[in-house]
Amino acid sequence: MYRLKRQFLAGPYLLWVAGFILLPLAFILYYAFTTDGGGFTLSQITAIADPVHVKSLLLSLKLGFFCTVVCLLLAYPLCLILSRFHFRHQSFVVFLFILPMWMNFMLRILAWRLLLSNSGLINSLFELVGIGRVKMLNTQLSVVFGMVYDFLPFMVLPIYNSMARINKDVVEAAKDLGANSLTVLVKIVIPLTLSGIISGIIMVFVPALTSFVISDLLGGGKVLLIGNVIEQEFMQGMNWHLGSGLSVVLMVFVIASMALLNIFDKDGGGAAVW
Amino acid sequence: MVKKAVQRVYLAVIFLFLYLPILVLIVLSFNNSKSRVIWGGFTLKWYASCFTDETIMSAFTTTLKITVAAAVLSTLIGTLAAIGIHAMKKRNKAIMLGATNIPLLNADIVTGISMMLLFVRFTNLGFVTVLIAHITFNIPYVILNVLPKLSEAGRSTYEAALDLGASPLYAFYKITWPEIRSGVFSGFLMAVTMSLDDFSITFFTKGAGVNTLSTMLYTELRKGIRPELYALSTILFLLAFCLLLVMNVHSDRTAVAAKRQDAHRHTEMRKPC
Amino acid sequence: MLKKRIIPAFCAVTAVCTLAACGTFAACGTGAADRSGAASDADNGTLVVLNYGKYLDHSVIRMFEEETGIDIKLEEYESPEEMYTKFSSGSIRYDVVCTSDYMVERLISEGQVAEIDFSGFSYYDNLNPEIIEASQIFDPENKYSMPYFYGTLGILYNTTMVPEEETDTWSILWDEKYADSIIMQNSVRDTFVPALRLLGYDINTEDQSQIEEAVQLLIEQKPIVYAYYVDETADEVAAGNAAMALVYSGEAAYAAELNEDLAYSVPREGSNLWIDSWFIPADSQNKENAQKFLDFLCREDAAMLNFEYVWYGTPNLKVIEQLDEETLSDATIFPTEEILADCVVYKQFDQDTTDRYNYLWKMLKSE
Repeated sequence: MYRLKRQFLAGPYLLWVAGFILLPLAFILYYAFTTDGGGFTLSQITAIADPVHVKSLLLSLKLGFFCTVVCLLLAYPLCLILSRFHFRHQSFVVFLFILPMWMNFMLRILAWRLLLSNSGLINSLFELVGIGRVKMLNTQLSVVFGMVYDFLPFMVLPIYNSMARINKDVVEAAKDLGANSLTVLVKIVIPLTLSGIISGIIMVFVPALTSFVISDLLGGGKVLLIGNVIEQEFMQGMNWHLGSGLSVVLMVFVIASMALLNIFDKDGGGAAVW
Repeated sequence: MVKKAVQRVYLAVIFLFLYLPILVLIVLSFNNSKSRVIWGGFTLKWYASCFTDETIMSAFTTTLKITVAAAVLSTLIGTLAAIGIHAMKKRNKAIMLGATNIPLLNADIVTGISMMLLFVRFTNLGFVTVLIAHITFNIPYVILNVLPKLSEAGRSTYEAALDLGASPLYAFYKITWPEIRSGVFSGFLMAVTMSLDDFSITFFTKGAGVNTLSTMLYTELRKGIRPELYALSTILFLLAFCLLLVMNVHSDRTAVAAKRQDAHRHTEMRKPC
Repeated sequence: MLKKRIIPAFCAVTAVCTLAACGTFAACGTGAADRSGAASDADNGTLVVLNYGKYLDHSVIRMFEEETGIDIKLEEYESPEEMYTKFSSGSIRYDVVCTSDYMVERLISEGQVAEIDFSGFSYYDNLNPEIIEASQIFDPENKYSMPYFYGTLGILYNTTMVPEEETDTWSILWDEKYADSIIMQNSVRDTFVPALRLLGYDINTEDQSQIEEAVQLLIEQKPIVYAYYVDETADEVAAGNAAMALVYSGEAAYAAELNEDLAYSVPREGSNLWIDSWFIPADSQNKENAQKFLDFLCREDAAMLNFEYVWYGTPNLKVIEQLDEETLSDATIFPTEEILADCVVYKQFDQDTTDRYNYLWKMLKSE
């Protein structure tokens, strides 16, 4: 009885979902399955099989995968360390990772370009030390670097959050029973933070897969991701139908990877940002 | 001991990684040369001129208006939605969460263009369309922040309060609100951050003459970014820094005060015995 | 039990549908209201201007607003293709637009451009007849467009890294010696120009085998290219991150201000002459205001302010009269007759060729 009433609170949101999420989605689907003349076609969807598109999709998957792995490897030890510090407020950690976002994204990426460029600060430092200049900018590596920089907080926050929720007594009990730190980590901490890890993976992999701005700014236009192809179809090729078709395919990939991950997430509802 | 040191170095490296570009931008805001790659000496002039520049100021106020309005409205709608969704049965819940995930999963450019297609059909683009778009991509962040808090809280206390005769509003205020407050707050914060940082969606949904800092920066890229923008960003960043620091200290204090009061009450209660 | 579950779900679905329908109708209603609002707005005197980023001095806008009481709303974009997307989506009704030659041609052919009544202009005679004549390539009778600025496409190079005599040919962009210090333009047509000219083909070619040959040449070049940039080129070369770049003459003039070691050259194989022009969209609701604005842009003082703001070649003779010898002889700003003789204005491709170019461009980028 109480529940039914409370469900109505989601009313305004329901309206919002219908008007501003589902309706625009319908527009994209309409474009994806029609030709310029308005007739039905599947060619916009099957266009993904074109060698150029396959290549860029594979590259997106590859870079997205590397970015996610690097983020996870960086974030997990970081969270382990952070969880041992006794901040009076958990929100302080959140705040440390969110704060950089208050400086405009494009400016921050621009700053990285200054740092990584041929005659940039880091290369000057290298020269001083005697290593000599290293070409860093405008490679696949620099794109992954930029992605890791931009998405790392989305890996850290859910993991840190799930770690903070672990009951300290459980860990103590395991130790009392003779488990060493490695066993505690593998048998207790990792299983208990699994939902956080999965949220983190989703929060990083999805934007990495669909990103186009970072590859543009740090890849020097030499790295073509599927996001770039879609952007180009909309902005340069003026081919909205093909752009929509490819976006629908990309959406399918995103949903598939999420479904795959959700199999491991037994708790369900682990999608919290923090 | 070595382990501690390694840990500290690791932390330092990660934070250097996160904050290095910001440091660069702050340094650039004091650069007495228009170029972003040549150091021309120290100056404060960009800080003075950024407040007199009409275009920068109008973009700045538009950004503030959109950010605040979008964050407040999306927090409101999102919090209500989270409560509603929490009360739903499993299947409806799954449907709603699925829909909530759509804006998070779609590439920004697709969300932006699909909204543009919708708006163009029914209305003219302007300030309001940007606002609607921002609310749309902000709501999921609010919901996903509030929902876990609701699950942690459980619903039995709330229902018990109702059974004991509390009005729903009173029960909400007394029971649910304290439980979800931190979630609502972080959702709000996330919404502000996302609004401030968005470019693609704003770009497609904005009307003539409406510019946020992001869209303005984008056109500025063509002939070099005016250093005033570094200055303004630095101010914005430092303001955010101070604001969040104060909030943190403040909530620390209230927490401490609450504890003290608690302790006080305990001693008082003991006295009569 | 089953029924119980289905009913709420069914209710929810109906609710969504009804709400969606309501939402749509409500939106329709407000839409209509907004449109009429926009129309009455027009009568009050506004002008929606669409232009490249940073291509119009703000004091010119203020002057115009003060003199005529017309309120200007300025929208900016980065590339002609992007402008086309914004323009043809119909999301905003623009009253006057500035864009590149071939895009003007495309829009004229689509019937989206209104004729300009130059007879009512007081200052149109200030414009150089030669440039107006050159515009006939994309606007044969000169009745749809008004030239704003013009220039060439060439090589911006750092004289401390590249000897001047080598920059006389496009083949320097393929020289292994400069590996990782060459910047190309991140736009289809401009990047194809050096390849097509080196092969001796017309830059407006629609011949498939010629285009394929050019793309092969560009694929060969890709490993030694530092980056494909649009706007950042000038800054990057000025900073010494690259030895040379394919740029528009105006970018070169801007870069030369930042770093005096930089110079600009248009190779002997010939290049592209671009003429950025204004036009009035057919569905503009403020055509009179738009004409007033264009006339105003031809006026000496306004044209001077704009020239000093962008430093591109101006077709305004009254402005040229006032310039000193040094500025006039600067080939980065005003290309010489000799250079212009080898330069060609872009023509708009047919749809198939456009698609072909776009596809090959993607192919080049994904290599």
